Amino acid sequence: MTTYILRRIFSSLPVLFGILFATFALARLIPGDPCRAILGEKATHQACEIFIHEHGLDKPILHQFVIYVGEVARGDFGVSFRFSKPVAELIIERLPTTIELGLSALFLSVIVGIPLGVISAIRHNSWIDVLTMVWANIGVSMPVFWLGLMLAYVFALLLKDTPFWLPPSGRLTAGIVAVPFTTVWGVQVPETGFGRNLVDFITRMNVLNAILSANWKLLGDAIKHLILPSLALSTIPMAIIARMARSSMLEVLGQDYVRTARAKGLPYFKVVTKHAFRNALLPLVTVIGLSLGGLMGGAVLTETIFGLSGIGRMMYDSITARDYGIVQAFTVVIAIVFVFLNLIVDISYAYLDPRIRLE
Amino acid sequence: MDKTTSNQVAKLDAEGLSLKSVSLWQTTWRRFFRRKSALVGLVMLGILVFVALTAEIIAPYDPLEVLIGKEPVKMRQAPCIHLLGCPADQPQHIMGVDGNVRDQFSRLLYGARLSLMIGFSTVTFAIVIGTVLGAVAGYFGGWVDNVIMRVMDVLLAFPELLLAIAIVSVLGPGLINALLAIGIVSIPAYARVVRASVLSVREMDYVSATRALGGDNFRILFNRILPNALTPLIVRGTLGIAGAIIDAAALSFLGLGAQPPTPEWGSMLGAERNQVFTAPHLVFYPGFAIMFTVLSFNLLGDGLRDALDPRLAHVSK
Repeated sequence: MTTYILRRIFSSLPVLFGILFATFALARLIPGDPCRAILGEKATHQACEIFIHEHGLDKPILHQFVIYVGEVARGDFGVSFRFSKPVAELIIERLPTTIELGLSALFLSVIVGIPLGVISAIRHNSWIDVLTMVWANIGVSMPVFWLGLMLAYVFALLLKDTPFWLPPSGRLTAGIVAVPFTTVWGVQVPETGFGRNLVDFITRMNVLNAILSANWKLLGDAIKHLILPSLALSTIPMAIIARMARSSMLEVLGQDYVRTARAKGLPYFKVVTKHAFRNALLPLVTVIGLSLGGLMGGAVLTETIFGLSGIGRMMYDSITARDYGIVQAFTVVIAIVFVFLNLIVDISYAYLDPRIRLE
Repeated sequence: MDKTTSNQVAKLDAEGLSLKSVSLWQTTWRRFFRRKSALVGLVMLGILVFVALTAEIIAPYDPLEVLIGKEPVKMRQAPCIHLLGCPADQPQHIMGVDGNVRDQFSRLLYGARLSLMIGFSTVTFAIVIGTVLGAVAGYFGGWVDNVIMRVMDVLLAFPELLLAIAIVSVLGPGLINALLAIGIVSIPAYARVVRASVLSVREMDYVSATRALGGDNFRILFNRILPNALTPLIVRGTLGIAGAIIDAAALSFLGLGAQPPTPEWGSMLGAERNQVFTAPHLVFYPGFAIMFTVLSFNLLGDGLRDALDPRLAHVSK
């Protein structure tokens, strides 16, 4: 297993290198002056000269690439001219929102998608199967941004003054304050350093912070704000997962060993959960892994619609403000995260199926 | 043919043991038409193509025409349909009027033309380049294969929409650049499909036979090997059109694709997204149109896959 993991990590290095090269090339391809593309169109001549010298833009192109790789490795993505803040700091500030949204969407799509798919496979060609498949087909075809807006319209406007009302934007109701869990616990955290950053990172995930500090009012409010965006974001992966769960269950249920298990008198429920489902799980892991990329793309749209200050929203704002430095930095970071997630998926795949690690 | 034999043939037909030869395409079509969802997809696409071709005739207004001063309509006016009780003295706008006082229905009809064009052009672009890359990689192997496929791996390492956003941010916003970005992003999928089919038939006897007969690489590749990749390409391409349309709409929604006043569904929706509470019809219809189009290609693609690839037929019948 260790050999497999090491080999897999090693084989993803060229891809990481390629990602860096691609983003580097993209940044250099921006028509016109790279300085004004990053610092903004109103940058002065002096500021540009300093910028060019600092980032080695007057050096040969290969040397520039080496400098760039070093900068990324150190987590140095430059300073955003709009926020006068290091881009890395902005990313750390906003990443928790996106992670919270992404995880809850993934959670929703898995806990709804898998049971639906499994049930439609067991009750093949029944009304529940037909309904699930019709819905799954519509689900994968729905634009996230449209679904998000329509959900906001239905739940925030049409269902106003009913118990089903849900907020169309933001992360918390005005007036509800998220007190860091460390304050509730009475733990002193130093003003700077890794510990501080970690605490801040966790605190910004409202749901996690509320659970850690046992603040149920905050938890309820945070979840209420999370429902609509996660629902919108989860629809496509949910539909894909349901379809995959169904087809891979159907395939496994037709196998001889399932028939044997049935023939020797095992209860059907046990056959489905122990013999069939475990073997149907493998393709599902791949599909879930692949849908993570879609979730990250969808986060840009969902956060824009629901006014969530995650990195997706940040990306949108940076596009409209022509702050391309941030767009590039986010692209690199997300691609690296994506490679890392794929690595985890591959490793869990090998864990679930011994044949793969021995290949 | 005398009566007894024709009776026998009919009997054999009834037992499914037909003597008549059936071509591959016939079986494919038969399998395709047996699926209700594939038929629904085909009909939906038929409607779209009809609308796209006849937009000038069906559309009651010019999609770019601003109606201020020409008609007594207000900005973002709700739909007015005479059949549903809208007073006859008011001009009919069955999907309402948009933020620039243009007829939403006419814009939607012209949008069909644009969306189909977007889908077909990006996928054609990606298929042509992907086929060349995949064929070269699979046929020649060695370092050529390695270099090409590693580049494809890098492209696949980015979430699709995000890479498209990054590319457009470099090229600059605009419909053509957005199409180019989506085209580039979709190349790896086709390159992989073609490479896999090339690898599976490269060492077959009929390929060696062609080589022995003096066929050059070009002839072997295009006449002997690539036809094998046609089936998976058609299936992937159909599903790819769905993906391309939804991605292009997303880019336009974000302001990176089609620019106003172009009647593109994504940008129509993006322009009115803040008015969803006051004028929901301006958000609902363009989004529904996107869904309708994407759904039609998805259904069609699934149907084609099941019809062309009998190995999968038992799984998702």
